[in-house]
Amino acid sequence: MAAQRVWLLWRVGVFLAALTPLLFWSGQVAINAAGPEPGRYLLLNIGIGALWMLLLTLSLTPLTKLTRWKGFALIRRQLGLWTLAYATLHMLCYALFILGLNWALLGSEIIKRPYIIVGMIALIGLAVLGATSNRWAMKRLGKRWKPLHKFSYVILGLVLLHFFWVVRADMREWAIYAAIAALIMATRLPPVARTLPKLRHRLSRT
Amino acid sequence: MLIKIAKPSDLHESDVTPESIYLSRRRFMGGMVGLGAGLALSGNVNANEDYSDVPEGNAPTWLKEKISETEWRAITPSDPEKDTLTPFDDASGYNNFFEFGSDKRDPARHAGSLQTEPWSVVVDGEVNNGGRFALEDFAKPSQFEERIYRLRCVEAWSMVIPWLGIPLADIIKRADPTSKAKYVRFETLVDPEQMRGQRSSFSIIDWPYVEGLRLDEAMHPLTILAMGMYGRELPNQNGAPLRLVVPWKYGFKSIKSIVRISLVEEQPLNSWQQIAANEYGFYANVNPEVDHPRWSQATERRLPNSLFRTNTIDTLMFNGYANEVADMYAGLDLRTNY
Repeated sequence: MAAQRVWLLWRVGVFLAALTPLLFWSGQVAINAAGPEPGRYLLLNIGIGALWMLLLTLSLTPLTKLTRWKGFALIRRQLGLWTLAYATLHMLCYALFILGLNWALLGSEIIKRPYIIVGMIALIGLAVLGATSNRWAMKRLGKRWKPLHKFSYVILGLVLLHFFWVVRADMREWAIYAAIAALIMATRLPPVARTLPKLRHRLSRT
Repeated sequence: MLIKIAKPSDLHESDVTPESIYLSRRRFMGGMVGLGAGLALSGNVNANEDYSDVPEGNAPTWLKEKISETEWRAITPSDPEKDTLTPFDDASGYNNFFEFGSDKRDPARHAGSLQTEPWSVVVDGEVNNGGRFALEDFAKPSQFEERIYRLRCVEAWSMVIPWLGIPLADIIKRADPTSKAKYVRFETLVDPEQMRGQRSSFSIIDWPYVEGLRLDEAMHPLTILAMGMYGRELPNQNGAPLRLVVPWKYGFKSIKSIVRISLVEEQPLNSWQQIAANEYGFYANVNPEVDHPRWSQATERRLPNSLFRTNTIDTLMFNGYANEVADMYAGLDLRTNY
């Protein structure tokens, strides 16, 4: 019973932590501290936030293997849904604050701009994964659920491509995220995946 | 080549008062009372008064003197209702100056490390009268003018900035170009110690930042070298102590913190063209009909804006300076020469 409550607290804590950046950025806009283009401020911050959420979500499985701590698996669906929420808000910021809800412009921009096409595909992918993240869908999909959700790695690739195309002058920030993404993907390669539990034994011995 | 340039003060047919307004004398007379009261409050048009909320800078004495002798409001927007001045805090807090980082707020945060005094400029290349000049000697022979220009960034946002500077033509005439001089090439300072962006090993820009103009563009009366804005010297993040301002071109042409001006025979390879020639050309004239490959250039967001008032306005050909500059590009395919 006490353990149950601890896990609930953990999940609520993660929920609040994931919500905090959104509240902070909104607050900055509210007190006029977000600069002369607040819409772009939200757009960029929430976009980076979505990437963070995706990287965190995908790091949970390797972390579980490395530590065997139950807590990581418990927040995987939640963080996956946070990724979808951030990505959706990112797209809404673009449509509302950059294009000013000019739907015709949105239509032509989606068709003409490769980085927006890639972003939209990634968002649709996240929406499919979000829609199939509940128990009912897991049961319906059965064995197919796992391969379907491995597409999250493809989405990560698309997101990095989307980000890469937006960079104008300095690749440092992008390179850091790409390196973290490569590290996470590497942990899913079978030879690396097999060594993770062994690494845990070695770590726990020292 | 003779270029006839319409002064902003010149009258056009569109300036003729429609009859209906001319006849509404009664409303006009009523308005005069209010206007009189307004004039009494504002007093003389003294630019310094307009900038009372702008933080005072730390200009050297010679620059303060030059600024105090400025010909204020030498060029102003034809539609001052639409082109209202961008607040100083936004103009000096939201910049692209990659020498100091790639976030819009990085220049304001990090440009304080730039030492702008003393400063010297090298004028060289195809000139009879080149050399290295202390900024003071470089600027002194010219009359400072205040020019209120629209600034259109290639990223589809814009501002309205009151610059203080001198016509670039003054400098070029003094340098006395040879007959071989066809272009002007500009270079920004390279000093990784002072400019942290230049220390980044992930930078796409091959320092120094380089820009260029055709000689006729450089000699055009709208083209200036700015040393101040908002009635004071340039803040470092805006390109102190000396920057180019070419109002009919995208902002990246207006190179900052200039240390070298060369008259050259060949068209210079400007930094952005070197980085991505399919996205940025040599001319970079503001053109709503030629999109950046990654976004539309048909409109711009006039800053500051707010979340639900994006302030999106139509981008004008040559940023609204077509009357003054379009002649220079007659016969040039602007779609391929972007």
